[in-house]
Amino acid sequence: MQFHQATLPNGLTLIGETNPAARSVAVGFFVKTGARDETPELHGCTHFLEHMIFKGTPRRTALDVNIDFDRIGAAYNAYTSEENTVFHAAILPEYLPQAVDILSDILRPSLRTEDFDMEKKVIIEEIEMYADQPMWSVYDEAKTLFFGSHPLARSVLGTVASIAALQRDQMADYFGRRYIAPNITVVAAGHFDWQQFVDLIGAACGDWPGGTTERARPAPEPRAEFKVLAKETLQQEHAFLISGGPPADSPLRYAAEILAHAVGDDTGSRLYWALVDPGLAESADLSFHEYDGAGAFFCYLSCDAERTASNLAKALAVFREVQAEGLNAEELAIAKSKIGSRLVRGNERPMGRMQSLGFHWTYLNSYRPIDAELETLDRVSLDDVRQLLDAHPLNEPTIVALGPIKEIARP
Amino acid sequence: MPRTDLQVEDVPLAAPILIEQFPNGLTLLAEPMATVRSAAFNFLVPAGCMHDPPDRLGLSALLAEMISRGAGSRSSRELMIAFNSLGLDRAESSGTLHLRLAGSTLARNLIPALELYADVILRPHLPEAELEPAQELALQELAGLEDEPRQKVLLEVKRRHFPAPLGRSHHGVAEHIEATTIADVRSFWERLVQPRGAILSVAGSIEWQPLRDAVSRLFSAWEPQPEPPLATAPPLPRREHLTKTTQQTQIGIAYPSVPITHPDYYTAVGAVSVLSGGMSARLFTEVREKRGLCYAVWASHQMLREHACVFCYAGTTNERAQETLDVTLAELARLGAGVEDDEVARVQAGMKSALIMQEESVGARAGSLAGDWYYLGRVRSLDEIQAQVNGLTADRIAEFARSHPPCDYTLVTIGPKPLQAPA
Repeated sequence: MQFHQATLPNGLTLIGETNPAARSVAVGFFVKTGARDETPELHGCTHFLEHMIFKGTPRRTALDVNIDFDRIGAAYNAYTSEENTVFHAAILPEYLPQAVDILSDILRPSLRTEDFDMEKKVIIEEIEMYADQPMWSVYDEAKTLFFGSHPLARSVLGTVASIAALQRDQMADYFGRRYIAPNITVVAAGHFDWQQFVDLIGAACGDWPGGTTERARPAPEPRAEFKVLAKETLQQEHAFLISGGPPADSPLRYAAEILAHAVGDDTGSRLYWALVDPGLAESADLSFHEYDGAGAFFCYLSCDAERTASNLAKALAVFREVQAEGLNAEELAIAKSKIGSRLVRGNERPMGRMQSLGFHWTYLNSYRPIDAELETLDRVSLDDVRQLLDAHPLNEPTIVALGPIKEIARP
Repeated sequence: MPRTDLQVEDVPLAAPILIEQFPNGLTLLAEPMATVRSAAFNFLVPAGCMHDPPDRLGLSALLAEMISRGAGSRSSRELMIAFNSLGLDRAESSGTLHLRLAGSTLARNLIPALELYADVILRPHLPEAELEPAQELALQELAGLEDEPRQKVLLEVKRRHFPAPLGRSHHGVAEHIEATTIADVRSFWERLVQPRGAILSVAGSIEWQPLRDAVSRLFSAWEPQPEPPLATAPPLPRREHLTKTTQQTQIGIAYPSVPITHPDYYTAVGAVSVLSGGMSARLFTEVREKRGLCYAVWASHQMLREHACVFCYAGTTNERAQETLDVTLAELARLGAGVEDDEVARVQAGMKSALIMQEESVGARAGSLAGDWYYLGRVRSLDEIQAQVNGLTADRIAEFARSHPPCDYTLVTIGPKPLQAPA
């Protein structure tokens, strides 16, 4: 495997890792723009724009875009987060030129008004779909409460009202500001020829405008709020507990992954033994989310409504114990073994590897071979975990519960 | 346009499948993959929920939850530590046909993991003290379905479309779960968890000889049991509306198709792909892209033993649900009116591309080997599938759609109001 890097005169960055043993190649366009980069009147615009990218260009109608991808048997999609919008396709190596042609073309969309109006309906359907899924509803509520006035508080999808009010020209303006060449990294992994890739991207994207973008990076101020949202049509109670963590570029992020695993992996973790193994909660897990300049630990709990108060107390007891005493050597060793195994497996396929390369470049501006990642993981000590806990206490989270219960005493 | 045979230059295609059938009935299947460091396994034991006694629906799922709570010389906690120390991601679950024990990890840890599974399958403790937690989890999962109408609608379609006991969901019935004793769980394990018809499939960076020797050593003492009879039950109404206060109405449809053993199988799969193979397929184009009626709409081919069907799903806001159902049903019916050559070319490209990309995934290959063996008693080669996909034509697909029309369909909706469906 070999790493490559190039930058076009307009500022577009290309990175790639060639693996002649792979059977496919994955290509991704990482646009550094997400919900946090929106103003309140643009709430949901980034995600809506991601949909509109597939709606065609001067050369292609919306149907043409889908037909052209399907003709080459591409596995393709896109996603929007708080900080990134990523368009990706995995294809057989012989179709790289066509895949680059389609992806680079659609990233200069027409944003036609009739397509905009039609897709608005789909976006509203998507918002309503998630509204019927309590885990997502409470996730958004809890994240918003936890981040407070920080831009990461904004939900990715927006609201029915914000989407309904959004105008086509507002989106076009946002596109013009955010989808400039220096704000985009093109990533490839798998079976491909680097020089051919550079030539293809250069020819297709060399005329994209340059310029500069800005992102507000206020310091996060983690909050310890408590809120109960009653929805009597629900059967079970769904809760999130969120506390602060290190940002994506912090050396503590490996310790954070280890902590999240030991405390809240879906099997064999402290939350598992405290809540799931004894049958008290259907799920109780902890995961670490890293952002640009911020980080957070998200604990999701779902259980019978009447057990909510005692389960929240038990989860907090787990957090307090870990905060006071840290992890033990066995937990550290197991977490390393499991995370290392996932790291290797997650990067075996070109699509997984491409996502990982893109993530590292976006947040760290660096290339990390898998074995280097494994070595860094292996070096994490119990002292590092202690340092992490001191810097980002786990024991005073924001808690939001959603379900049939109207009132729960703050645990 | 896609060329006829998709092949990757300079990349060796899949190694031959290695097979060992042990005298007690267990079959070991292995696909060595040269370019990975990991391995995945898939253990199918014929103890799925179709074998639940009629007054103990949910029993196989209780066994799946309990089977790893202590086994061999290890307690529940010790076993968990042993699994996790191997970097193993694993799941034990109850399907309709099989109890499935699956996992993946680095290839060097595969045989140590199988050693743990020999304890789990042959020597589980099934302690009485673990029954109540397992029951509590099963009851919460059942209650949780009420908060997941998207999942529930598919289970309700399955229940009504397939004949009993194939239509069952592993979730079972609350009263049965509550009434289950530890003797029920142990008896189910003794009678059903047996090597006759069991399949262990493995894919990844593996060496055949040590693997075969290990499996022989670990599972030779496993005793076959008589094949249990299946309980039948009268059919349920095929059209149902379940009233629920939700933002969206969930629509689930099923209609008959042909299984993998049928000569028209690939045509049937091709027909579903014309409907739902990619984003240019008909359902996505007509229901979502042209009308903006929903975010999620899809169809897929499903099989349970000799029964096969097309499952179709759409979720849409309540006031647009009737139009969504009407447009969806019209698309299902329109397939018989004709298919374009270009649609078939796209279906072929998607199927072949997915086939080759599957060769990069240890988990997908392990699953595929076991599925082929169960349904066909052999593993299909890439060339065989590719030849069948190449043989698809627009006429064949349209003719198949005409001879298998979606008229006798099962329909379940969940939402505030019932929808009107043609008789």
